[in-house]
Formats: sequence, C-alpha cells, structure tokens
Amino acid sequence: MKYWIGAAAVLVIAFLTALSGLNEYFFYAAFIVLQFMVLATAWNILGGYAGYVNFGTAAFFAIGGYTAVVLFKWLGAPLAVQIAAAALVSGLLGFGVGLLTLRLRGIFFAIATVAIIFIMETMMVNWRYVGGATGLQLLRPDVTQPFASYTRMLFVVMALLVVIAVSVARYVQISWIGRGLRAIRDSEEAAECSGVPTLKLKLFACTVSGALMGAAGAPMPMYLSFIEPASSFNLNYSVSALAMPMIGGTVHWIGPVIGALLLGSIQQIVTVTISSEINVLVIGVLLVLFVVFAPDGVLGLFKKLWPRRS
Amino acid sequence: MAAPLLKVQGVSKHFGGFTALSEVSIAIAPGERFGLIGPNGSGKTTLINCISGSLRNDSGSIEFEGKEISGLAAYRRTRKGIARSFQIPRPFHSMSVLENLLVPYEYVVHLKQSDAEQQAMEILRRIGLADKAHAQANQLSQVELRKLELARAMAARPRLLISDEAMAGLSGSEVDEVLKILFSLNAEGITIIMIEHIMQAVMRFSQRVICLDAGKIICEGTPATIVANPEVQRAYLGA
Repeated sequence: MKYWIGAAAVLVIAFLTALSGLNEYFFYAAFIVLQFMVLATAWNILGGYAGYVNFGTAAFFAIGGYTAVVLFKWLGAPLAVQIAAAALVSGLLGFGVGLLTLRLRGIFFAIATVAIIFIMETMMVNWRYVGGATGLQLLRPDVTQPFASYTRMLFVVMALLVVIAVSVARYVQISWIGRGLRAIRDSEEAAECSGVPTLKLKLFACTVSGALMGAAGAPMPMYLSFIEPASSFNLNYSVSALAMPMIGGTVHWIGPVIGALLLGSIQQIVTVTISSEINVLVIGVLLVLFVVFAPDGVLGLFKKLWPRRS
Repeated sequence: MAAPLLKVQGVSKHFGGFTALSEVSIAIAPGERFGLIGPNGSGKTTLINCISGSLRNDSGSIEFEGKEISGLAAYRRTRKGIARSFQIPRPFHSMSVLENLLVPYEYVVHLKQSDAEQQAMEILRRIGLADKAHAQANQLSQVELRKLELARAMAARPRLLISDEAMAGLSGSEVDEVLKILFSLNAEGITIIMIEHIMQAVMRFSQRVICLDAGKIICEGTPATIVANPEVQRAYLGA
C-alpha cells in the first residue's frame, strides 16, 4: 500500500512539474534519466535477479524505437499504441533470443546477447522503409493539452513508464517468481532439483525484461524527431543499463532506480558542464570504484552502515 | 518383490570417449534402504545425476512408479517425488537457511508462505539447524551446509530421497544424528538411496548395497556379502 501511494505521488509530482514554468532543458535532460531508470529496472529483472548478464539492451531498446517509427509512418499511430506495440515486439524478441541463448551460461550468454545488437542493427541499416543507414526525419504531431511542449509530455509519459517498469520488477521480486530467479542465480542445478522450472522462469524474465526495454525505446524517435541505427543501437545503452543496477544494487527493485538517478544525473550534468565525451568515462570509473569498494552497490553500502534497518 | 519404485534398465552415459556408466540396471522397491558404493570416479554421482535429471542418460530407461522419466526435466522429476542432496553443497547462498527450504515448498509442494515457513522450521529443528534458520546460507560451516542439503531435499516431500555423501566430513556423533534422521524418514515410508564413503554408515543403514566400479555394477547384495566380496575388496584396495 505504501508503495502504491509513493508511486502515485511520483506521477502527480511529474505531472505538476511538467505544467510548471521550469526551464525546458530540465525536461529534456530528465527524460533521459527516466529512460535509463526503465532500462536499468528492466535489465535487472534478468541480470540482477536471475544473474544472466544481458549485453543486448541496445537491441531491445532500438527495436522498440523502430517499432514505434514503423507504426507512426505506416498508420500514424498515437504514442500509446506505439509504446504498447514496441513492448510487444521487443518482448517477442526477448522470448526468441531467450529460447536460443538461455541454455548458455555465464560469459557465453553475455556474448550471445552482444551478437543480437549487431544482427538487429544490420537489419535496420538495410531496411529502406525506416531510412536505412542515413536514418529518418520525423515530424512530431501537435502538442497535446495541457502540456506546453512535446518534450514535457514525453517526460510525463516516461515517468509513467518508470512506475510501470518498477511495479513489474517489484512484483517479480516479491512473488514466488523472484525466489525462483534468485535460486537460479545462486545455483541453477540445485534450483532445478528443488522443483524450479529454470528454463521457463528465465524465458519469462527475458521476455518481460525485453518488453520493458522496448517500451523505453518507443518514445525516443519522437523525442529526437529522428531515428538512425548507429545511435539507436549504441552500446552505451547496454553498458549503462548494466552499470546502473550494479551501482545501485541488484537485489532490490529500488537499486536500479537509485543507480539510474545517480549515474544518469551525473552524466547529464557532465555533458553540459564538461563534455559529452567524458560521459562514458564517468560510467567506467564509477563502475570500477563500485565493483572494488562496494560490490553490492549503494544498497549494500546502506546495509553496511545501518545493518539494523535492512 | 513388489513392483519397483525405481527401475533403471541398461543405462549408459558417455562423456566424449569416456564411459561413465555402462549398462547399469537396478531396481529399488518402495520403502527400501539402498546403498550405493564404489571408489572415486566409479560413476555413483553420474548415476544419481541421470536418475534426478541433472544429466540425460545416453541409452537405457529409467522408470519411476512404473512411468518412464528419462526424458523429463529435472524439476519435473522432483515434482514427481525424487529429491536429492548434492555431494558438493549447492546452497542458495543469497538466501537465509529458512528461505532455502521455501523454494521446494513453493515450487514442489505449493504451500502458502506461512504454512511453508512453519513446516520448514520443523525440518530445521529435526535436522538441528533451527537456530540458524535466519542466518544467511553463505555463513554456514561445511557440516551445516551438508545438513542444509538434506533439509532442502526433505522439504520437497520426496518418495525417493537420494543422499549423495551427506555425511562426508561429519564427526562420529553427527553421522549418528544424520543416520537417525534417515532411518526415521524411511520409517515414514520414504525410499532412500544412500551414497556414502563412510562404510560403517552405509553398511549399518542399507538393506541392500550395490558396488559400482568403472561404470559397471560389480556386486550386489546384503552389506555382509558386499564386504566379503573379493571383487569389491579389489576395487577398493587394489590388488
């Protein structure tokens, strides 16, 4: 109950902020941070709970974006439909990828997921309808009332996606599914011998995780008024989606949210004040620091400092 | 003999060019206490892995309660009533001891959390881990981990319990303790396969023993005949 009040409060605050007179740039930057919250949360369902490190986030994210573009160009579909379709397509992609790769363990699974990015990117580069390698310019639809700009609306939409993604991750975590996924992470063989249908659970996690990543990617083309393969399939999405839960903590749904808020905000500030090139360095340095000094992330640090509250 | 609970017929398993099991056949009656011995590398754990589903046998058939199970995933076999402990403990180390037992309770027995916790505590009391119920599994000692292995297998409410070296490293009195638990489980009607290197324990526990060597059954019989068998002595002592 407390969770749902909190979730509703987040949405109300996001909505009111979007109506306020705050500088437009805030929404431009906050959208990206929120987007990373969805990606990190989605990644954590498979990567954190089940321990299957997925490097293919960029593929699921970009396929979500391309699904949205196709629907927009073909049918002029509204944003909500674009997002739902993107979730569906990326979810199916997750299911398919899972079927092919989830029998692999550890590093082999991670390598296989990197390959998905290159396969999908090559397909989009060679698909004329979505602009091929040069990309596609998109004309945003009219601004929807009561928002003053399209970016402000997208900010609220992304806030809603954050709440949806986190609610799904939280459900998975506290339900029987979560215990099964943790059993898989700890020892797949023992999990199987304790009655856990490991392949089914992993497939479920991979599908849900993929769907949420796709949903996160759907508003991206409208946000940029543009889509293009190289930036959509950028490996940075994969690295960030992995680094943020690691830094925040992977055992609890709040971990990826903290990680994304922290890392995403730092990245935005660094981009503006120093340079966008330093961005990647920031992720790298923070990730190394956390892996060495706080392997359980911010959550682990809190647990260490206030052991009684956990 | 009544219809066997477990019937293994002509089961072979190869790893590349290495034959781990060749044409192994055993039949275990409901309620039996069955011992499996053999020197290191003789194929005991491979046989157990084939029965529990961690490995698939290359040929032969495995029937449980009259039904072929060799094509089933391990979790389905657990749900049918075959539970095992692992020789090298594989605890769910990120969970508490109690939670370790909740996994089979949730996935095999399908109990509500509160009922599951209550029953899990009962098993922990029985096996002597009750005071560690809320400790993280990665803080347990080797001996406690072996007990946890057995407790988790018990939580799946098996009809066939396979104990893979549950007593290795235990002191004399602890061996007696675990034996007592296995005897009482057996008295409740659970069939038990015991793999053990502690001869004294297997011989005291088992009604029937087979000895594997290089993937083949070299001897089968009562504990007394096994100990007296020259082939078994040769396999163990070398000659």
